[in-house]
Amino acid sequence: MEILVCVKRVPDTAENEIEVNSDGSDIEREDLVYSVNEWDNYAVEEAIQIVDKVGGSVTVVSVGDEESEEVVRREMAMGADDGILVSDDAFEGSDGKGIATLLKAVVEKSNYDLILTGALADDGAGQVGGMLAAMLDVPYASVANYIEVLDDQKLKVGREIEGGNVEMNEINLPCVLSIQTGINEPRYVGIRGIRKVASVDIPVWGPSDLGIDAATVGEAGANVKRVDYFVPELGEGAEILEGSMEEIADKLIELLKAKGGIK
Amino acid sequence: MAGQVFAYITHKEGVADDSALELVTAAGKIVPDATVTAIVTGSGKNLDTVCNAMAASYIEVWKFENEALAYPNAEVIRKLLINTLPADAIVLVPHDTFGMDLAPGLSIKLDSAFIADVVDFEGLDGNTLKVIRQEYSGQVSTHVTCDISAGVVLNIRGGVFPADESKAAAGKVVDKSGEAGDLSALRKYLEIVEAEVGDVDITKEDILVSVGRGIEDEDNIEIAQELAEAIGGVVSCSRPIVDARWLEKSRQVGTSGQTVKPKVYLALGISGSFQHLGGLKGNPFIVAVNKNSKAPIFQVADIGVVEDLLEFVPVLTEKIQEG
Repeated sequence: MEILVCVKRVPDTAENEIEVNSDGSDIEREDLVYSVNEWDNYAVEEAIQIVDKVGGSVTVVSVGDEESEEVVRREMAMGADDGILVSDDAFEGSDGKGIATLLKAVVEKSNYDLILTGALADDGAGQVGGMLAAMLDVPYASVANYIEVLDDQKLKVGREIEGGNVEMNEINLPCVLSIQTGINEPRYVGIRGIRKVASVDIPVWGPSDLGIDAATVGEAGANVKRVDYFVPELGEGAEILEGSMEEIADKLIELLKAKGGIK
Repeated sequence: MAGQVFAYITHKEGVADDSALELVTAAGKIVPDATVTAIVTGSGKNLDTVCNAMAASYIEVWKFENEALAYPNAEVIRKLLINTLPADAIVLVPHDTFGMDLAPGLSIKLDSAFIADVVDFEGLDGNTLKVIRQEYSGQVSTHVTCDISAGVVLNIRGGVFPADESKAAAGKVVDKSGEAGDLSALRKYLEIVEAEVGDVDITKEDILVSVGRGIEDEDNIEIAQELAEAIGGVVSCSRPIVDARWLEKSRQVGTSGQTVKPKVYLALGISGSFQHLGGLKGNPFIVAVNKNSKAPIFQVADIGVVEDLLEFVPVLTEKIQEG
């Protein structure tokens, strides 16, 4: 099975406090720790496991700036066979549809049976996979947490729906699936793994490689535009307890006792 | 002139989801006094029950009855909507696992704009719609604009547009089943596999000590366990803990886990994503311990402690044990 996995380089929200910059045009990007989007990492692991079972190859693609090469390389260190970086100044500022348009062009340069994305990324939209499937006119299933290859035409796919229940589906190939975290246990990538792929050539594709009119993507082609970042004025929010750790603990114990939080 | 407004109604066993009336409120924030059409799909007698209930809140209800719509398979419903909606429609869909399945592809097929997970509207200026979204797990908000002259599909976050019970519509149900068109799809629904039941039922507990990513390591869960024992509570968790296989799925609080209604909820190292908070009902007394002062959990918590839980919780536990 030929599998394409779409990955994104994102600020790691587990490692960073995200703050808005002084004029609200962006988040404060200095000193941010970046990593591969968590959902995408599960998608790559799943692709590798499928290929281990039924054969084929895994290609990882990222749309982003030059720095995104590092996440493509990291996923290759996990075991993906090939990597592609889709990067050009003209692609910057793409909305979800713009990203999906670029990925469609990538897909059409080759023959993939299965295309995986993460279910969500840093912007919380979860939109690119569904858009890509619609553009390619292939079936789609989101928040997949179970994949079983039935034959070379069909997959059995579980979707994690509300309440942790799983909605089982049969889906025809080729198709696009967005992957939910927890579907597998992504393998650890050590220094040695990274070193192995350190000199692998990762092609960079621009508008001419993809046969794309630059005006249809990037900021020029984006209908959905982010105007600014801001921190909303909140209601009261939590009462923050101050003092030494012992003092805070004492105050908290009193509050918990009053609310029935200590039996 | 903005297009006609539609709301997709999700329902189960004859009862509409909470989102059904929240979408009326959301629509009113786009176009005040908009004539909103509810779309209800399904099969069997439950469908009429839902349609009639919706007519109390929507001016018009489009009913689509078909065997192929018995289960809400987004691949089928997307086709139905493509076949029946006007090209410039403003389509409101709940931002849940169904909406995420349906809407992005729908916007492509309708050649409309798409905005996911809308939490508020700033209004419509000509054809430019301005909305508010959140990014980075709710740590920052953004204003987003788009031109909706060619239509728009909007996924609306649950629980942020309260239903207005005072609004009555006395609407009419229009049977549109004959217009559904081809509903064949390349994805077939098979069955629902229910989540496994665990050793404890966190939905029945009054005191929950809930751990998130801030617990950092499987061995540290003991810290939460000791606190839970000291105060007479039970350990629950957020999604990353289950993803890491550190606790069972049945301990997970959130829309993709359990819906709990404790009296007291201690959130330890939990950032407080809306998916997590969606599983927390009954207005509990919430104590948040998180070293990130920007964590969204502090917006909803009653009491906040900005400390590393790994240092603070053992101190707290020891003091409680000392009595």
